[in-house]
Amino acid sequence: MKVHTKTAQKLPGLVAFGLIISFFVFHQSAYAGMMDEPLVTKFTMDKLEISNAKNNPKKWELDFWVMKDIQRIVFKSEGETVDGETESENMLLYGHGIAPYWDVQLGLAYDTHEEESHNWGVIGLSGMAPYFFETDIHALVDSDGNLGLRANTELELLITQRLILVPELEAEAYSANIPEMKLGSGFSSLALGLRLKYEFKREFAPYIGVAWHKKYGNTADFSTEDEEASLVAGVSFWF
Amino acid sequence: MNTQKPTIGLTETQSQNVSRRTFIKGAAMSSALAGVGFAPSQLLASMPGEINNQPTVTRTNTLSGTEFQLDIGTSIVNFTGTPQIATTVNNMLPSPTLIWREGDEVTLHVTNHLDEMTSIHWHGIILPFEMDGVPGLTYDGIMPGETFTYKFKVQQHGTYWYHSHSGFQEQNGMYGSIVILPKEKDPYDYQYDHLIQLSDWTDEDPADVVKNLKRMPDYYNYKQRTVGDFFSEIQEKGFTAAFNERKMWNEMSMMDRDLSDVSGSTYTYLMNGANPATHWRGQFKPGAKVRLRFVNSSAMTFFDVHIPGLKMTVIASDGNLVQPVEIDQFRIGVAETYDVLVEPEDAQAYAIFAQAIDRSGYAIGSLTTDAEVLAEIPEMDPLPILSHTDMAMDMKDMDHSMHGGMHHSQHQGMNHDMPAVDHSQHQGMNHDMPAVDHSQHQGMNHDMPAVDHSQHQGMNHDMPAVDHSQHQGMNHDMPSMNHSQHQGMNHSMHNMSEVDANKEVADWPVEQAKIKWGPHTNMRAEDAQYRLSDPGVGLRNNGRKVLTYADLRNLYPTRHDAKPDREIILNLTGNMERYMWSIDGIPYSKADPIHLKYGERVRITFINNTMMNHPMHLHGLWSDLETGDLNYLPKKHTIVVQPGARISFRVNVDAKGVWAFHCHMLFHMAGMFRKVIVA
Ligand SMILES: [Cu+2]
Repeated sequence: MKVHTKTAQKLPGLVAFGLIISFFVFHQSAYAGMMDEPLVTKFTMDKLEISNAKNNPKKWELDFWVMKDIQRIVFKSEGETVDGETESENMLLYGHGIAPYWDVQLGLAYDTHEEESHNWGVIGLSGMAPYFFETDIHALVDSDGNLGLRANTELELLITQRLILVPELEAEAYSANIPEMKLGSGFSSLALGLRLKYEFKREFAPYIGVAWHKKYGNTADFSTEDEEASLVAGVSFWF
Repeated sequence: MNTQKPTIGLTETQSQNVSRRTFIKGAAMSSALAGVGFAPSQLLASMPGEINNQPTVTRTNTLSGTEFQLDIGTSIVNFTGTPQIATTVNNMLPSPTLIWREGDEVTLHVTNHLDEMTSIHWHGIILPFEMDGVPGLTYDGIMPGETFTYKFKVQQHGTYWYHSHSGFQEQNGMYGSIVILPKEKDPYDYQYDHLIQLSDWTDEDPADVVKNLKRMPDYYNYKQRTVGDFFSEIQEKGFTAAFNERKMWNEMSMMDRDLSDVSGSTYTYLMNGANPATHWRGQFKPGAKVRLRFVNSSAMTFFDVHIPGLKMTVIASDGNLVQPVEIDQFRIGVAETYDVLVEPEDAQAYAIFAQAIDRSGYAIGSLTTDAEVLAEIPEMDPLPILSHTDMAMDMKDMDHSMHGGMHHSQHQGMNHDMPAVDHSQHQGMNHDMPAVDHSQHQGMNHDMPAVDHSQHQGMNHDMPAVDHSQHQGMNHDMPSMNHSQHQGMNHSMHNMSEVDANKEVADWPVEQAKIKWGPHTNMRAEDAQYRLSDPGVGLRNNGRKVLTYADLRNLYPTRHDAKPDREIILNLTGNMERYMWSIDGIPYSKADPIHLKYGERVRITFINNTMMNHPMHLHGLWSDLETGDLNYLPKKHTIVVQPGARISFRVNVDAKGVWAFHCHMLFHMAGMFRKVIVA
């Protein structure tokens, strides 16, 4: 399998950068006993899965946060590898609690698509909407003034205390064509997922599910395959 | 001197006289039949290296006298099948039971053998603040290798306890009981005297438990609402009703099955250091009276206690004698103590059954005539489900619509978990006098459901008109005394001669800080009411007589206490989703101290803006809880503030110094804490 050099070099660098920043910002007050605001870290691999679509794409979705009280540093990454070609969206964000269930987030995004990459500034909201929808909305702007919008929401429906059905919806839109990233202006993509996971432990749950995505408008024109439905299997875990 | 005093926690064969002659310095007596939750022989195989050089925990001893040596160290315990290291005093879990005598001066040398700072706080004991044992507040704590000597005069009697006030040592096993023998004999006779110390044990590092809660607030909750629950509700009530019932919870992103932050999924519940498998045993002879001294030394667990087949007579609360109340069951908050008398008639084993409030487990022991005969394990009660009452939502709007008869189904849904009283009230009054009913609603229906209940039974039927006017009179004339009026009436119409104290007019100045709303706080108790007669979620209308705060009346009159000089209202706040707790929306680290004037009498009112019970503990000063009759306020050290409720108590500010004032849920404490300065 061919690993894309450019991506492979940049991505770990960004992760490392995020980690270093996180610890510098917060390390001042290490967690101790009865501290009012303990420093807490959490690494979540929300999805690590393989699909039965053509060439069995592998997908990941992870985030890592370092949190103290109502401030947190978040590193997010999601992407897909097919035939050694990788595309990914990565963000390094600072989040600040503004409401009981909501953080406002500010930071940078770094997308990769095969040989190419693209930088964005990000402002967003992350939290829990009424009816327990875990929701992220990020507005993007690049150095050319192009705008993007990425939104994601998911819900956990408990069949039993351990068997959990997770419907998910993801949508993206852009203000202009960015051909090298295969992004077109307008409403560009919609993805729906329905995954059924079993929590052996809180921290570890394998799952199976169905995923469907469709590309629209100019984005669809950039792509060879604009609609795809597949079965997926994977694991999620956190620590 | 009386001839036959029962000895604490001892079986009859072992019992000795605690007379002046045997009451010698640090005398160690053998413990009760209590097992300590493990068999030492099981530990020999496959122990981790670091554990190997630790001593194995020994049975809890009873120490009595006036001078004590307490050594804080670590010991091996095994409650789950895996050996663990506990923080212990004199190598025991629970820590040794200390027997003091009222009027004595006690000296306690506490030596720290740990490699971290430690402390001992004497919970509920009235003493000079330098002896109170709160690191960073009343002293620096006890550093590794150091010995700190506590010395103070014992001015009270009853059942108390002590525990570490450092880090999470209390969760890790550092708690023991204190029994103070009265100068003058208690007005009760009993032949057996057993301590029942309840606690929660986890094999996890308590710091990891907090981290888990921060990472995932429902980490330990395996009793959450499922899709199936919703479908069966639809089947039962139809989609609209089922949906509407969920609506408020869903809109607020809150869960009605969020009863305990930490559950039996990590906790093993202990009775006197015995897990359910080991099963604590206490002896009795049929026909003899037994005093049971319940102490809840849990870090995070409320227990609902009953003894199937036995009535309990509550005689003391938080160490102080109360007028005897016969009950079937009581809820004991973290850090509270209750003394009860039981009189088992039959030569059988009776289960002392302490269910965790979220029904995720239980502590159990047997009162038995034969240590080999254990009681059958009772079935656990159904899972309590929080109601709108517990959320203190503003229900006036809903009432309006209900009156219109539009949302009858909703009404039913709502009332489901609320005391049935509301319901009967609706029926009883609605039809007869719809016009008046509305004000009634606002005035009392929300106030104290359970009061309504007894009222309903006691008076409503016979003289609805009287009942009604009385209510109105009270509600409108002196709203702030609303509750005690209710209570007084409810409980003791026969107390008319002393009713003067109840007519106290609320003209004191009230100080209330504005709550700091924001990410720290996810709920506002719109309509927080006094709910003294409400036994609490899961215990309402369960067919048992359940103790409520309204039942607690001091054995001795308190009518000579002065009127409060002022009132301080404190809002308990938090955000379960971020796992943060605070008072008035401000965590301890960012809060100013509360200043009290030496010599004043202050009224403190809590409003609970969260969905959890918070056992609020004021150090060094008694909390005279307003349970209904100002003539007989019971003295407590820990006051449970129910979810969405309001509660008031009075404090004689009679001890100068710096005192801690905090929620006794160990993992709420860091934020839900205030320093009190008395000068
Ligand atoms: Cu609390």
